[in-house]
Amino acid sequence: MGSITFIEHHGAEHAVEIETGKSLMQIAMDNGVPGIDADCGGEAACGTCHVIVDGNWISATGKAGDEELQMLDMTPDRAPTSRLACQIIATDAMDGLVAHLPEFQM
Amino acid sequence: MTRTCLIVGASHAAAQLTTSLRQEGWEGDILVIGDEPHMPYQRPPLSKAFLSGEKAAESLPIRPAAFYQKNDIQFRQGRVTAINRDQQTLTLVGGDGEKDGKSEQLSYDKLALCTGARVRKVELPGSDLDGIHYLRNMADAESIKASVVEGRHSVIVGGGYIGLEAAASLRELGMHVTLLERGPRLLGRVTAPEVSEFYHRVHTESGVRIHTNIAVSGFSGNGRVQKVICADGAEFPADLVVVGVGVLPNTELAEVAGLNVDNGIVVDEHCRTSDQNVVAAGDCANQFNRVYGCRVRLESVPNATEQARVAAASICGESRTSEFLPWFWSDQYDLKLQIAGLSRGYDQLVIRGDRLTGRSFAAFYFREGRLIAADCVNRPQEFVLSKRIIAQNLAVQPDRFADESVPVKELLLADSPALASAGG
Repeated sequence: MGSITFIEHHGAEHAVEIETGKSLMQIAMDNGVPGIDADCGGEAACGTCHVIVDGNWISATGKAGDEELQMLDMTPDRAPTSRLACQIIATDAMDGLVAHLPEFQM
Repeated sequence: MTRTCLIVGASHAAAQLTTSLRQEGWEGDILVIGDEPHMPYQRPPLSKAFLSGEKAAESLPIRPAAFYQKNDIQFRQGRVTAINRDQQTLTLVGGDGEKDGKSEQLSYDKLALCTGARVRKVELPGSDLDGIHYLRNMADAESIKASVVEGRHSVIVGGGYIGLEAAASLRELGMHVTLLERGPRLLGRVTAPEVSEFYHRVHTESGVRIHTNIAVSGFSGNGRVQKVICADGAEFPADLVVVGVGVLPNTELAEVAGLNVDNGIVVDEHCRTSDQNVVAAGDCANQFNRVYGCRVRLESVPNATEQARVAAASICGESRTSEFLPWFWSDQYDLKLQIAGLSRGYDQLVIRGDRLTGRSFAAFYFREGRLIAADCVNRPQEFVLSKRIIAQNLAVQPDRFADESVPVKELLLADSPALASAGG
């Protein structure tokens, strides 16, 4: 079993177990990671599960899709490796992945 | 002594409240009382992906049971029939291990009312026939799903969001769908006529037969509904009826307990009711909204979770407030509608994109030159931008919003000199 680490804006780290096939948003919710609001329940409708994937890991998660990009494009904290956590499906290859949380969600 | 927070209601607001309480450092007991045999689950998909079969029941829980166990959050099924605020107790009927009718008293230090809303029911001849459904909870959605038969007739009563989402899902499942709306247009209470026309068109194109200005006067059938009968004499064959004519806030408990109630349980900016030990959050709560400068009661998941966060802070003795901008969404067919803000009272509407023949556009609602709301159909960028403009009350030039040659981002940037004077 691998793990993913979410790092809050002020530095608090949350290492959680990977559940293959679940979205990173759901995994964060399941483990009560603060800073992922997931208001819409994973429909890419709200943009409140914005994470910034640690540089080296973007190849494991892939880049944002078109609709996702449009949501992300307008967020103030946007970075080149920004993703919506609800659109990343966890795989075993993500063992060790680090995702940073922005100061504010949309 | 251990302190106890009781939460009445077990849906979106309650789920967030339990989580936020632990995050805020509440060390006492947390007990959630709900009247359904489920842990808190996602309600929006019930009329959408769950009804159409795209999402299974297993994917609906907001958080898994293990999360609540780990955080020592208890659940009980039952019905709260009274609150005694002087003694800080409530009366629970039909709780675990109790036979119907037996009641017990539970004590609280802090109480959260997350009682939500219930569907408005129609009382017409035949309205108790089998096959007539409402749509609010899992059991409702499951019984509708079980009644779906491809090629048979369904009738939707009510042309609001629930009605339209149900219509789209039932069409996708191969039923004939007739939709009856009492008013002159679909979504009449919530959108501009231009947006109503769009939804009228796309549903018609998908084979939904829409009738407006028509009043249902009753239902007929032998034990089970067969026809919907209208005041003008029209009749529609129906193997399945879904009634979606709005909801009523569950405020009776609060009212009987002497709390302030006025179209919802009246709460202050910290989600506190007129009793300092009682908070309320979600569809049942009526709160002053800073962005719009008036009291509103919102029927929306994002509002429920936001109020729950604020309420949790209040319970823990902090006084957080919220600059929450109301927003909503609705999925129908391939159309994702995202709504930012409240459009009531607009004096100018600007459309961006082709609403007459296309499937992607945004309708911007302005009042005195300020953006107050936007309905965005398959336009996530316009939605996010609108949220920002409205929340920060940024100055913009309404006419430019119609010009698609101006990129969305520049609707904001090109106006930035004005932003400074707007003061954010």
